[in-house]
Amino acid sequence: MVEQMVTIKNRAGIHARPAALLVQTASKFKSKIYIEKDSDRINGKSIMGIITLGAGYDTNLKLIADGEDEQEAIQALVHLFDSKFEED
Amino acid sequence: MPAKRFTVLDLIDIDLKEHNSLNLRCIGGRKGLNRVIAIPDINRPGLALSGFYDAFAHERIQIFGRGEVAYLKKLADEGKTETIVQMFSYPIPCCIFTYNQTPDRNFFEIAEAAQCPILQTDLPSSEFSSRLLRILSNIFAPQKSVHGVLVEVFGLGILILGDSGVGKSEAALELIERGHRLVADDVVEIRCMNGNILMGSGANKIIGHHMEIRGLGIINITHLFGVGAIRDKKQIQLVVVLEEWNSEKMYDRLGTQEQTMEILGVQVPKLEIPVKPGRNIPIIIETAAMNERLKKMGYYSAKEFNQNILKWIESDSARSVYFGQEDFI
Repeated sequence: MVEQMVTIKNRAGIHARPAALLVQTASKFKSKIYIEKDSDRINGKSIMGIITLGAGYDTNLKLIADGEDEQEAIQALVHLFDSKFEED
Repeated sequence: MPAKRFTVLDLIDIDLKEHNSLNLRCIGGRKGLNRVIAIPDINRPGLALSGFYDAFAHERIQIFGRGEVAYLKKLADEGKTETIVQMFSYPIPCCIFTYNQTPDRNFFEIAEAAQCPILQTDLPSSEFSSRLLRILSNIFAPQKSVHGVLVEVFGLGILILGDSGVGKSEAALELIERGHRLVADDVVEIRCMNGNILMGSGANKIIGHHMEIRGLGIINITHLFGVGAIRDKKQIQLVVVLEEWNSEKMYDRLGTQEQTMEILGVQVPKLEIPVKPGRNIPIIIETAAMNERLKKMGYYSAKEFNQNILKWIESDSARSVYFGQEDFI
């Protein structure tokens, strides 16, 4: 299991499009993927779950991947956060 | 415990309907509205006001009814304020006056200085107390959120679980199409009330009652199927786990073995339903719901079926005893 903290850098926060992008990326991997905000933990492969987090600009999230391709999964997801979901 | 800190402001803002409404408004000590309510209980501060502070439950919400207000008036007439000052030296979350009563100005000044919020409600003390305790016990109930879909089928709350992509949302969509109701999709928030009731609801009111269906995107169930197709919360009475058909695994063929799943310390009946192309999951879930209701009414199909077989075998063997005797013919 690997964990990684990330910060949301795009101004609009995680709205529908970034959420879809996250889910599409997460679903490529076999590992179980979770996203945590404060004490809420949701399934990283569920679009409604990610939107429910209501994560705005500058929110800290914890990404958790657990499975055979966990390293690649975390890298791909962190890359999405770093590239501001191709926004701005 | 609630996931986040529950403050006095949250208590005022809480959106409750009709017979649950607290009708609270803040009449003083606004600076203290961010005070945290940590204990889901109330206290009547009569003894404290009279000067007896041993075992004063200061961490609870203080309710001022007619008795307390009459005593405050007596204190004010006599010009005594020491016990009030002493009361506010404790970190009280808030004071609530019932029957729309208002304390005198002196009381307000002491409360403002201590930054303790003063709230008012038009409800009688007893009615207000029972509503408040009910609401607080809901808020402070143990809770967790699970990844699944909660639907109401023939009046029974069914939590559908399973891995991503196994078809939970699709099964729920067909159930809704067949006249059943959606409570929450994807993220189901579960609270354990009274230690034995599991209440499920959506995590967020704004984006609730939407579903994500692969190939369609996000759809609004209320707009598509009408307000009759949704529900805000429902007790979870059955758990259905959908899983890919595994030819190695033994699935229950009789239905006489009862499986349960533990959620927040409560055992809920559980069914494991294998998914395979050609198996109509919604109809299986519908049937499971009706079967579960029959069980609750005392009709246990699988057990009754077996009992009838036993009776039949027994009576047949009993008859054969007579048939076997030569003088009987």
